[in-house]
Amino acid sequence: MTTLSIDHVSRWFGNVVAVNDVTMTIGPGVTGLLGPNGAGKSTLINMMGGFLAPSTGSVTLDGQPVWRNEQIYRHIGVVPEREAMYDVLTGREFVVANAELHGLGAKAAQRALATVEMEYAQDRKIATYSKGMRQRVKMASALVHDPSLLLLDEPFNGMDPRQRMQLMELLRRMGDEGRTVLFSSHILEEVEQLARHVEVVVAGRHAASGDFRRIRRLMTDRPHRYLVRSSDDRALAAALIADPSTSGIEVDVAEGALRIQAVDFGRFTALLPRVAKEHGIRLLAVSPSDESLESVFSYLVAA
Amino acid sequence: MYDPTVARLTYRGLLGRRRALILGALPLLLLVIATAVRLLAGADDQTAVNVLGGFALATMVPLVGVVAGTGAIGPEIDDGSVVYLLSKPLKRPTIILTKLIVAIAVTMVFSAVPTLLAGLILNGNGQQIAVAYTVAALVASIAYAALFLLLGTVSRHAVVLGLVYALVWEALFGSLVPGARTLSVQQWSLAVAHKVTGGDLVTSDVGLPTATVLLAAVTVLATWYAGRKLRSLTLAGEE
Repeated sequence: MTTLSIDHVSRWFGNVVAVNDVTMTIGPGVTGLLGPNGAGKSTLINMMGGFLAPSTGSVTLDGQPVWRNEQIYRHIGVVPEREAMYDVLTGREFVVANAELHGLGAKAAQRALATVEMEYAQDRKIATYSKGMRQRVKMASALVHDPSLLLLDEPFNGMDPRQRMQLMELLRRMGDEGRTVLFSSHILEEVEQLARHVEVVVAGRHAASGDFRRIRRLMTDRPHRYLVRSSDDRALAAALIADPSTSGIEVDVAEGALRIQAVDFGRFTALLPRVAKEHGIRLLAVSPSDESLESVFSYLVAA
Repeated sequence: MYDPTVARLTYRGLLGRRRALILGALPLLLLVIATAVRLLAGADDQTAVNVLGGFALATMVPLVGVVAGTGAIGPEIDDGSVVYLLSKPLKRPTIILTKLIVAIAVTMVFSAVPTLLAGLILNGNGQQIAVAYTVAALVASIAYAALFLLLGTVSRHAVVLGLVYALVWEALFGSLVPGARTLSVQQWSLAVAHKVTGGDLVTSDVGLPTATVLLAAVTVLATWYAGRKLRSLTLAGEE
């Protein structure tokens, strides 16, 4: 059982506050650290990994301080976000070096390479690897010593769907084995697919914590705004406003489009195409106008 | 206190293609100059002293030191790959000491060896001049490697600062301001060279005891401080 405790942690750089009084406990299983870009996820992960001192507060792993305690790395595996990783080496040389630095040998390295299914390319130079291959070799280097805590900073960035699925499968397995796995992401769907437990960070603050479904519901229950263009905007507007799923419609004459505010997301998305069909109206464009993560998160913070 | 894996990672990075080219260029230039001088002017003790003192020890050794010393750690800190060393149960001083040993070895190979060869070409080690400057280069390699490794650990502009020190302080100030010479790795190593030749061909502004103490002090302090800095090295995120 490995538990990472973040206790009233703040971190500022000069007079910019990157992380503001965050308290959370990360236990076994997969936890997603969710937040928009620039929310302080990397700062938080760097503090969890002992690469950055908290300005105030403490980060401990089963009671042991993480900062300035190199022995703690016997229990922590780190997959950094940055790409750089001794490109002149082959994948195998790199993972073997990581194993040796843990006092382990080539056997441990080989096992880790097998775990991430990189044996086929292990003798190629890292410089020739694709993003997904690099990610997997990084993963192997973090797994050589069989750590009980795994920290991954934006591990899915730049991966193609197949690689993403493979890595998710691997992380799920690690979580099921009882390891404490924490990964950060700014993409809702990634977190949804992988983590049951979610910690949400927005603008350096701990915005929400808990079961993903509850947080997702909070996110989808918020009012949604859409921009819709059709063959007959006014007829469509009249038909839509009659339904309780819509709370407001503006005919934007300059844009030649409708701005619709929907209160019941599920019902509205089913209603719109049906109404259009019944009235013989062609839908030319339907686009969510406030789907940026920032707006989703800011709603969440307010909730 | 020495980790073979850290050493391997360090020298493979250090002797990567581009850096190896820079490291090899200056020694090659020294050998070319030595050969040309010998062919044009013949063997002469004073000329040998001028070339070895003026170019090899004053310019080549510190520049090789800058490249090897800062290159042993600076690029890893810059690109973030140092995280793979830091996320291991390794004592931070072990990392620094290992990198220092590699940096010293590389500086010695790329500065002392060509100095010896150039000396042999210039006057066939007459008056022990070639050996004296080689010893000076060896001694200076240790201090430069330690100094520039520290620079590489504390600053992102290590190469520029190193060049400023090597060229402005050692070369310019050293020749203009007498006091600056007391605080110059070059003068310290010349004191050692003076001891080796025994004569007055090679001279230094600093006495041997002072030079020895200062060389040792700078090397030890720089290494200790670099280890300390690495212990609290902060990795900034991308954001």
